[in-house]
Amino acid sequence: MARILPLLAKVVAVLAVYLVVQAMIMTGVVDDYILITMVTICVNIILAVSLNLITGFTGQFSLGHAGFMSIGAYTTGLLTMHYPTWWAFLLGLLAGGAIAAIIGFLVGLPTLRLRGDYLAIATLGMAEIIRVLFLNFPFTNGAAGLSGMPRFVNWTWLYVFTAGTVILISNFLRSMPGRNLIAVREDEIAASSIGVNAVRAKTLAFVVGAFFGGLAGGLYSSYFYFIKPDLFGFQKSIDILIIVVLGGLGSLTGSVIAAILLAVISSLLQPFPELRMVIYGLILVVVMVFRPQGLMGDRELTFSAMRRLLPHRWREARP
Amino acid sequence: MKTKRAIQGRRAAAAGLAVALGVSVLAGCSSTTPGAGTTSDVIKIGVNYEQSGAVATYGKDSIDGITMAVDEINAAGGVNGKKIQLVTYDTKSDPAEATTLATKLMTQDKVVAVLGPATSGSFKATVPVANQNKIPVISGSATADDVTVAPGGAVQPYAFRTCYTDSFQGTAAANYASKTLNATTAVIIKDNSSDYAKGLADNFTKTFTANGGTIVGTEAYVAGDTDFNAILTRIRSMQYDVIYLPGYYQEAGLIIKAARDLGITQPVIGPDGFDSPDLLSLAGASALNNVYFTNHYSSLDQDPKVQAFIAAFTAKFGRAPNAFNALGYDTANLVADAVKRASGLTGVDVMNALASTKDFPAVTGTLTIDADHNPVKAIVVIALKDGVQSSSEKISA
Amino acid sequence: MEEVLQQVINGLSQGSIYALIALGYTMVYGIIQLINFAHGDVYMIGAFVGYFSMTSFHMGFVEALITAMAVCTVLGVTIERIAYRPLRNSPRIAVLITAIGVSLILEYTMMYFFGASVRSYPPQSAFMSGSFNVHGVVIKNMQVVIIGISVTLMLILQYIVKRTKVGKAMRAVSQDAEAARLMGINVDTTISLTFALGSALAGAAGVLVGVYYNSINPLMGIMPGLKAFVAAVFGGIGLIPGALIGAYVIGLLETGVAALGYSLFRDGVVFAVLIIVLIVKPTGLLGKNTKEKV
Repeated sequence: MARILPLLAKVVAVLAVYLVVQAMIMTGVVDDYILITMVTICVNIILAVSLNLITGFTGQFSLGHAGFMSIGAYTTGLLTMHYPTWWAFLLGLLAGGAIAAIIGFLVGLPTLRLRGDYLAIATLGMAEIIRVLFLNFPFTNGAAGLSGMPRFVNWTWLYVFTAGTVILISNFLRSMPGRNLIAVREDEIAASSIGVNAVRAKTLAFVVGAFFGGLAGGLYSSYFYFIKPDLFGFQKSIDILIIVVLGGLGSLTGSVIAAILLAVISSLLQPFPELRMVIYGLILVVVMVFRPQGLMGDRELTFSAMRRLLPHRWREARP
Repeated sequence: MKTKRAIQGRRAAAAGLAVALGVSVLAGCSSTTPGAGTTSDVIKIGVNYEQSGAVATYGKDSIDGITMAVDEINAAGGVNGKKIQLVTYDTKSDPAEATTLATKLMTQDKVVAVLGPATSGSFKATVPVANQNKIPVISGSATADDVTVAPGGAVQPYAFRTCYTDSFQGTAAANYASKTLNATTAVIIKDNSSDYAKGLADNFTKTFTANGGTIVGTEAYVAGDTDFNAILTRIRSMQYDVIYLPGYYQEAGLIIKAARDLGITQPVIGPDGFDSPDLLSLAGASALNNVYFTNHYSSLDQDPKVQAFIAAFTAKFGRAPNAFNALGYDTANLVADAVKRASGLTGVDVMNALASTKDFPAVTGTLTIDADHNPVKAIVVIALKDGVQSSSEKISA
Repeated sequence: MEEVLQQVINGLSQGSIYALIALGYTMVYGIIQLINFAHGDVYMIGAFVGYFSMTSFHMGFVEALITAMAVCTVLGVTIERIAYRPLRNSPRIAVLITAIGVSLILEYTMMYFFGASVRSYPPQSAFMSGSFNVHGVVIKNMQVVIIGISVTLMLILQYIVKRTKVGKAMRAVSQDAEAARLMGINVDTTISLTFALGSALAGAAGVLVGVYYNSINPLMGIMPGLKAFVAAVFGGIGLIPGALIGAYVIGLLETGVAALGYSLFRDGVVFAVLIIVLIVKPTGLLGKNTKEKV
């Protein structure tokens, strides 16, 4: 019971959110504009959560997440352009994630040697190399980009993949290899001394993070009609990093909240095109000065409210 | 235990707050009043341009032209007795944002047409939204060939533009190079990050080779670069008759200056992206000899509407207009004209009116919208001497 | 041969531009381990101050240079005081986000007031715009000036850091701020001084670039800022000679790739070489590989 009840509560909550939004879409409360904003938010959530795994939980500073995203976006985009079917769409998402994961593995390997800002530069360089390749490959149409991809993403798919990503990553973090990542972040030498293979842990973080980064790219290109290499440049990686840090390094729910909050801020600032970026910059500075650990720090927004209703002895101690 | 409970309580409160925030924001979004565009005494037109990010200049310049046109129209009494109201958004130079904002303009702001974005990629990202909502989108500078036609060749019913296609302009430049300048060999210097440059370079190559010429080299730079000595030094040692430089004045000005400094004297041909007073200030007068570019109109043109536009723009903004300003001005005027001719104020009516545009007297040339929703208008090749337009040759479409 | 020499000159002058920005970058990094993303924008402000000094206030080159350096010094110190100092004991990545915020504020405030379009510097004196020809190799006077200035500044900085009392304080703070404080060093003042020096350099770079390339705009700082950061890392971030060497390597590499006809792949090749160098030498060309002790 102790395990089943919270699990049941989670399942019910996850389903409830889906059904409520689905009902709002069907009744027209959620119109096209709100839906498209939700797509942006959900893609950002997947990107932020997967980068958080690398940077927040494993402590590996990465400035190249947009590179993984672009691999997924191009894989899915090219597949669905040539075979506009559901199967190609799903296959594209998986293949995009898988190719990104392979690249993540190759990038993860040099992390054996690089630390901190040197690693950041190496990941930045990786993303730039991917971008330059997409600019010059014969099949990607260069700077003109790909257009005319069919739109496969709807609320159901979006929700399945977003909620799925968050749940998978949070479960992964509670598994043995997942806890190894956190151990490596806290103290690499101490972790090694108790038998954690730090190299393997870091590479694993890159592989898993890259997979979901690629998945997010696939969802992006199946909704937004158009992709080009410049969309996945340095600036995009920074944008994802901002969400992660703002939400709190090492907090999945923080990433989710920050992704939603930034989208809301962005649309609230839309009436002031001249000043919106100045205000956005000010918000970043002010939030960081007053809350340098991010909105959530490394804590999670959990079902504790529900757990509080349970008898005392069923409550688990928090890690 | 007390502290633990307190923490949990705070978390619950935070959760509640977050949900409340989310709900209120969603409610706030959906409660914006719909339907204002058709019932009141204003006509709403969406302006969806890049105002921040990498290509903010193009968006801002287009908007300058658009606002000037709309101010003139409203000062003259508006369209069919109604004033035009612009609803302006910033795409941040991001195509996904362009899609999002086009959706917002069409579904929430209920505009009758959306102007922009300026670049082909972002514009393409709004075309499916236009088709779906049956509201026309029109750009003054989306030049890629596949902007108004779907990959199969069918016309995109709700997409229009007032600028040339890349193939039209690239072909004109290639013909000018091989026929007027008698060039048989050419070097291309292109902006590797721009779809505009890519489209022009591809089409120039196609026509120039078909005319019997050879492309002896293709060099690339990236928008925002300032140092071009490396590629120019390489070009200096090649044998060729002419340089084709598809790109915008920001880099073109610096490239021409650096090329002349290195002793490269061959003629340079460019596209309408050269049309800006900044080309002269960046390159300097002495470098701008033997430079030609394809354009919509020439400042030498004695047509009164061209001269009136140049005078009015200069008076209003304190600088001479560039191609984006002129095309933005024309785009807004064309849409206003279509709204005037339309049988009603729905997107379908405006689309039909736009599609049947014939001999519209635009600053950038009298234009007729063809079956592919492209403007049919004459192209001008302008020659520069000491940085000023010395002659122009009109080639009708 | 001429062409190779010409390309070497091109690469060196391109590298010197990166060096001017990378030197300030690496100083700030050396003392507080902050990737100061706003540094490229301080350079942009320097270029604009120089522009307005020359056009609106009709100053000469030297006066404009000094004005720009002064304004940037004040700006740099102010940024540090307001945006970075409160975060002295926070995670470094939080300060990085603040730096990005500051960078956005600077870029878009300038765009708000002065528009997004490019501006060109007023015509310069015959010496500044002149060039000379050595056996077919064209060398611009400004190229010589810029290469000279970057090397001189590097030497001066190296002298300050290694030989003066202030420099000693800087080195102490960068090694261990807490211990330095215990030894009676005013840490805040030392950090402010570092920002002042770094920002003054950025301001000077802005004016030099404005005069040399003749083109400035509010977003001009982004790419050179990034390249300078890469250069600083390449040479071993935090090391003054490393920044200079890294910048020259990047400049020569970019030029070399273009000279061989691979300009389409320029940025990709530069980063590929960078990654390979980092794999072989994980702390940059001049960096020392310090083993972490338990």
